[in-house]
Amino acid sequence: MSAELLALDLRALSGALAAGRVSSREATEAALSRIEATDGRVGAFLRVTAERARADAAAADERAARGARRGPLDGIPLAVKDLFLTEGVETTAGSRILEGYRPPYDATAVARLRAAGAVLLGKLNLDEFAMGSSNENSAFKPCRNPWDLARTPGGSSGGSAAAVAARQAWGTLGTDTGGSIREPASFCGVVGVKPTYGRVSRYGVVAFASSLDQVGPLARTVGDAALLLQAVAGHDERDMTSSTLPAGDYLARLEEGAAGLRIGVPREWFGGGLEPGVEARVREALARYEKLGARLVEVSLPHSRYAVAAYYLIAPAEASSNLARYDGVRYGLRAAARGLGEMYAGTRASGFGPEPKRRIMLGTYALSAGYYDAYYLRAQKVRTLIRRDFDRAFEACDVVAGPVAPTVAFRLGEKLSDPLQMYLADVYTISANLAALPGLSVPCGLHPAERMPVGLQLVGRPFDEATLLRAARALEREQGPPPAPPEAR
Amino acid sequence: MPLADFDVVLGLEVHAQLLTRSKIFCGCSTAFGAEPNAHTCPVCLALPGALPWLNREVVEMAVRAGLALGCAIQPTSVFARKNYFYPDLPKGYQISQYERPICLGGAVEFDLGGEERRVRLTRIHMEEDAGKNLHDLAADGSSGVDLNRAGVPLLEIVSEPELRSVDEAVEYLKALRAVLVALGVNDGNLEEGSFRCDANVSVKPRGAARLGQRCEIKNMNSFRFLRQAVEFEVRRQVEVIEAGGKVEQETRLFDPARGETRAMRSKEEAHDYRYFPEPDLPPVRVDPALVAAARAALPELPRARARRYQERLGLPAADAGLIAGEPEVARFFDAALEASGKGAEAARRIANWLNGDVARLANESGLAPRDWRLSPGALAELVGLIEAGTVGGPGAKQVLEECFRSGASPAAVVREKGLAQVSDAAAIDAVVERVLAASPAEVERYRAGNAKLLGFFVGQVMKEMKGKGNPAVVNAAVKKKLGGP
Amino acid sequence: MLSIEEVRRIAALARLELSPEEERLYAGQLSAILDYVRQLEELDVSGVEPMTHALAAGEAPALRADEVREGLGAERALAAAPARQGTAFLVPRIIE
Repeated sequence: MSAELLALDLRALSGALAAGRVSSREATEAALSRIEATDGRVGAFLRVTAERARADAAAADERAARGARRGPLDGIPLAVKDLFLTEGVETTAGSRILEGYRPPYDATAVARLRAAGAVLLGKLNLDEFAMGSSNENSAFKPCRNPWDLARTPGGSSGGSAAAVAARQAWGTLGTDTGGSIREPASFCGVVGVKPTYGRVSRYGVVAFASSLDQVGPLARTVGDAALLLQAVAGHDERDMTSSTLPAGDYLARLEEGAAGLRIGVPREWFGGGLEPGVEARVREALARYEKLGARLVEVSLPHSRYAVAAYYLIAPAEASSNLARYDGVRYGLRAAARGLGEMYAGTRASGFGPEPKRRIMLGTYALSAGYYDAYYLRAQKVRTLIRRDFDRAFEACDVVAGPVAPTVAFRLGEKLSDPLQMYLADVYTISANLAALPGLSVPCGLHPAERMPVGLQLVGRPFDEATLLRAARALEREQGPPPAPPEAR
Repeated sequence: MPLADFDVVLGLEVHAQLLTRSKIFCGCSTAFGAEPNAHTCPVCLALPGALPWLNREVVEMAVRAGLALGCAIQPTSVFARKNYFYPDLPKGYQISQYERPICLGGAVEFDLGGEERRVRLTRIHMEEDAGKNLHDLAADGSSGVDLNRAGVPLLEIVSEPELRSVDEAVEYLKALRAVLVALGVNDGNLEEGSFRCDANVSVKPRGAARLGQRCEIKNMNSFRFLRQAVEFEVRRQVEVIEAGGKVEQETRLFDPARGETRAMRSKEEAHDYRYFPEPDLPPVRVDPALVAAARAALPELPRARARRYQERLGLPAADAGLIAGEPEVARFFDAALEASGKGAEAARRIANWLNGDVARLANESGLAPRDWRLSPGALAELVGLIEAGTVGGPGAKQVLEECFRSGASPAAVVREKGLAQVSDAAAIDAVVERVLAASPAEVERYRAGNAKLLGFFVGQVMKEMKGKGNPAVVNAAVKKKLGGP
Repeated sequence: MLSIEEVRRIAALARLELSPEEERLYAGQLSAILDYVRQLEELDVSGVEPMTHALAAGEAPALRADEVREGLGAERALAAAPARQGTAFLVPRIIE
């Protein structure tokens, strides 16, 4: 029973729950046993809230029995990145500085999932404060790729991608500041969506870089991701940067195919640095689109080569300020100290790991007197240029397609010693964050030699998630069901 | 060089707390006096994940203040983060405005020694207040942090450095305060810190073109302290220069107990606030329609009011300024005048009472006009009783004190305390005759030409009548009985 | 190359206590990153507006009406406090 249940995707499980063929309790127990059996190796979860999940499942079953099911997510076991605040449940952002912290409120996205009846299994591993591309910056434990335990699942939403790939949860929420949903989704062979900036509320999500952070779903299929996005998207008055435009209907036209779509292929995304095996799979996906009746259009994003540089000024600058609140005064870690200065410096020195420290240093420098114009301000202007590139491209195409990452998942430890090399893993994803555009990663096969998943990235017009999802679904359908990773078999 | 050979240059930064019900970025109450941290939420505690949510009323109040002070209201302004660490600053940054404030330019106008002065403003911006550090809270000297005030909205109003004396600074502040209070955006309370002022002070040799190095003085919560602090600071800077030294740019704290300023230890490190645009808040757009509506709804401002009192009611400039400068008093004055149903003559009397005995009683009791038990109608009634001759000067003073204390109506007080003035000629004549009969020697001297003695007889009569005699009638009666000197 | 003094100045601003090894490490790593970002200097950005906010153009989010809403109250506000006295957060002595 458990194995059959776990083989269902989210929408299939939802159908089974609606038909009364399975109960939320059964699904939840299946997920909990799966976590129990695999997570010692994978390390996707920082915290499993089994009791709470069982109670939520029982409540969902009780609603179903009354005929009062709240909708397609009612009773579905999900999990969220430990960057989302959960009332009464420890929330750490993967950092020692928040170890043991139990927030007094739920993030808006979490509250929306709960309101939809979802069962939350626990909190997922991540790079500390979402800073990283491999999940190796978690202060608590590394997370491993279910396809190959020697490799990273990507980051920073490594746990969110690994949990879906290892079939520990039917869907998860992650956050994406420079590729933190799309890169791990690509590395773990799952679907990951970074919506338009402002599409999903950031309220209650531990902030990394406020003008770039965006919440999004990870799931096994495009349809599952669309369903999850539907549940969390939409204006939230508590986040003034959340858009007041109504959320689209992400499922209505999902199956309408790719015929007639104009797919932009940016020439700058296929240059040196893109690993040939990855390129082969990406080109194959593009060919499939042509076969499906889409038209490939060459476009140019001339400023995308400056994206990483601009990003590594803007994101650390905002982070240095966002992380100032972790000062040992009101919550979280406080180092023993004789004086106030010592309390600050000691708390932050022992509470933050190397990557947050590095970024705080970089960001503080970029904002400090005399450097603001040369660094932060210039980077924000380059951001405008990057956005204009996309605006121009979208005159000729409906979506932009290319690789998510230059390589498949790399090995643990491989890039740890050289931060700059790690940063370059995000070279194709960062542009969408800087331009505030929606992007997603959809699996497009395994690397011919390394037998690791490769993801195709699609980037769309602002708030046009529906077209992105429809295009991704067309490819998914054409490819047939993806293989499951060893850890899920 | 003596002190007189130096020019003083002052610029003032006023922080005025806005009279909103809730904080600038969250719905917590701005009320004072609750136990520490009672008025807090995830936003003003800077919990992880919390985001600011701008209070519309703050923007509207800033627009009102800007319009009243003649500023250019900016259609787009931007909040910025000012980054520094302090226990009372929970986010590690203050949300303020930096490069693009909501108001630019403008001026504060006031009179100084009978001359009209106009001091230009650099800007006005919106920002959040910090919390409060509670010093020596624990026995070991540890401090406490109370975040009830964190996030209370402030307007920062920055003047150009063109004030030339402490007197000018005080008049500037009084005028600015009057405008904000008249607009209903600030309560004008210096002691409780809802109207705070920092001063940038520098000195330069008389006539020199270049400004001297300035020091920022904080913690002056009364006009008296401002005076003391600036005077001390000017002397200090002159002494430093006289001794061949250089004034260091620094932040200095006024110590009211010693009447001195001293360098702040906690702010020694260079100011590097790393300002950048607040990414959590979109730019603030001020619609021209909102500006037009706010302009149309502006109340009469203190300077215009004072001018009206002078021109229409004939009040002397000083009296008009005193009343108009305290918007609550001005409203009281207007209400009393209306209740009297009379014009300029009553206005002068009402103004005299307000600036005289009423001001004294208010001062002694420490009550603001809104808390007076004396109503505008009662003051008008009292003035009416005086004009009608029902009560005389000394009696009226007693009546006022009683009304101010109890809220009773003046007519009732006159009746109950028997303070009515006696104008009855026959009754007064009888007293006059008694007094003259009792002082034959003085009568003799008066008739011999000592006219000054008239006052003596009048005084005796009034004394006999316990102050209730109508002075005009008594005077006439005494003169008549004595005959010409 | 960022000097050790520069690294110390930044660490002090950021309230981070760094070990001598960390100072050396960050001096090297930050220098490498700053060298990399220097490529932005190639671009002519004159006349380009900075994209400091990512919200769609023309969107005007609703401001909050000035109404008091219930907060957490002192006890919940202090629930995670490392040290407290009464309902105040307690910190080492603050010297002004």
